[in-house]
Amino acid sequence: MQEIHIVDIRKLTEIIKTKYGYDFTNYAISSFKRRILRILELYKFSGVDALAKKITDDPVFFEEFISEITVNVTEMFRDPSFWRILRDKILPNILLNHKRVSIWHAGCSSGEEVYSIAILLKEMGILEDSKIIATDIDDRILERARSGVYTVKNMELNEKNYVRFRGENELNKYFEVKNGLAYMDKSLVKDVSYRKHDLVNGIVFNKFDIVLCRNVMIYFNQNLQNDVLKKLHESIFKYGYLAIGSKESLIWCEIANKFIVVNNEEKIYKKIKE
Amino acid sequence: MNHMKFQGLHNNFKAIVIGGSAGSFQGITKILSQIPGDFPLPVIMCLHRLKHVRNGFIEALSIKSIKDVIEPYDKEPIKRGKVYLAPANYHLSIELGHYFSLSTEEMVNNSRPSIDITMETASYVYKNKLIGILLSGANKDGALGMKRIKDSGGFTVVQDLADCMIDTMPAAALEITKIDHTLTVDNIIKLFFEIHNLYK
Repeated sequence: MQEIHIVDIRKLTEIIKTKYGYDFTNYAISSFKRRILRILELYKFSGVDALAKKITDDPVFFEEFISEITVNVTEMFRDPSFWRILRDKILPNILLNHKRVSIWHAGCSSGEEVYSIAILLKEMGILEDSKIIATDIDDRILERARSGVYTVKNMELNEKNYVRFRGENELNKYFEVKNGLAYMDKSLVKDVSYRKHDLVNGIVFNKFDIVLCRNVMIYFNQNLQNDVLKKLHESIFKYGYLAIGSKESLIWCEIANKFIVVNNEEKIYKKIKE
Repeated sequence: MNHMKFQGLHNNFKAIVIGGSAGSFQGITKILSQIPGDFPLPVIMCLHRLKHVRNGFIEALSIKSIKDVIEPYDKEPIKRGKVYLAPANYHLSIELGHYFSLSTEEMVNNSRPSIDITMETASYVYKNKLIGILLSGANKDGALGMKRIKDSGGFTVVQDLADCMIDTMPAAALEITKIDHTLTVDNIIKLFFEIHNLYK
C-alpha cells in the first residue's frame, strides 16, 4: 500500500475548503488518510495531486468524493441494548412531560438507524406523535436513506440485531424482498425530514428532545469534536438527551460538565446546563 | 526465569502491538498472566472476535491477566504500561500524539477490528520504536501490518508455526517479509521479561 504525506492531505483539504466550503482539516488523520488512499485506488489516481486537480476541475466528481470520503457502514439496531434502553427508559421519561418527541438524527448515513428509531416508535405507538429530522453531509447517501432499499445480506444482520433488541414483531414485517433487495416499508418514514447538513460548518437549526449522533464524531479529531459538541449541546432542550456511540466518550470534551451520564454503557447523556 | 537474548532488542521502544485470531486466545491469556506487573510499555492488542458481542471477551481475558485490560474509547490517550484491546466491531487506529481513534469503516480482510489497520497506524506513529507480534490465526490479516512494521525498522515476532493452533496468519507474514524472530508463546513471554529488564 502506498503512503501519503500529511502535507499532501493538508493541501487537499485547503483546496476543498476554498473551492467548496467543506472543512476536513480536523478530521481524524488515520481514517481520513485511509479514505483518501481508498479513493486513489478506486479511481486509479496516480497520487493526491491528481485527485486534487480532479476535485478542482470537476464539481460533479466532488459530490462522488464526498460520498466516498465519508464512512457509510451502518446497521439497524446496532448495539441492541442501546435501543432497548431508549425504548424502556429514555422515551418513557420524555413522555412523562411531553406529548410529542422530537429527534435529530445527526449523520444518518444510509438511514438504517432512522428506520430503527421509526420502528421503535411505531411499536411504542408514538410514531405519529414524533418529529424526526435526519441529516447527513452527503446528498447521495441521503438519497439512499430516502429510498430505504438495502441488501438482503445486510438485512440478515439487521434481523439478528432486531431479535436481540426484542422487538414486538419479526423485522420482515417491515420490508419486502424483491429481486434480491429488501425494500423497507416507507410509511414508517413518511414524516421524516431528510436534509443535507454539515455538522462541521452547519448552523444550529432547531432544538430537540433527543439527538442521536452515534459513531459520527469518531471521524473527527478532539478539537473538532469539541466544536461539534457545542452545536449538539445547543440543539438539545434542557433535560434532553444526547446519544453517542458506545465507544465514544465526553470525558475529554470541554462541554462534559453541561451533561450528566444517564447510561454509561450505552453512552446516553442528559443536558443539565445551558 | 532463565534469560534469552534477542537480537535487535533495545530499550528505546515505545509500544507493542499484538495481533491474533483463531487459536490465539490461549497464548494471549498465558502472556497476560505472566508479564511483569510493572511492564513499562503500552501493549495494544488487536484480536479477531465476535463482532456483535460487546461483553464477555474482555472479562475472559482479564480473569488471569496481571494487568487490567482496557477497551479504549475513541480519542483515549495511550499510557505507558497499560494493556489495550481493540473493541468489538470497530477498527482501532493509533494517531500522532499517541492516542486512539476508532472507526466503523468497511471490514479489512473480512475483519473489524483489522490487525493490519492497527499495526499500520501504530507503525506510522512509532516508526522503528514499535514491536509487532503476530500470533495464531486462520486468515492473512496482520501480514501487511507486520511488513509495514519491519519496513519502518521496527522489531517483528511471529508465533512459531509449530506452536500455533492455526498457522496461516504467521505463515502469511513470514511469506511477505523478513521477520526478526519466530518464537513459541513461552519464548514470547521471555521476550517480555527481557524488555522489562532492559527498561530497569
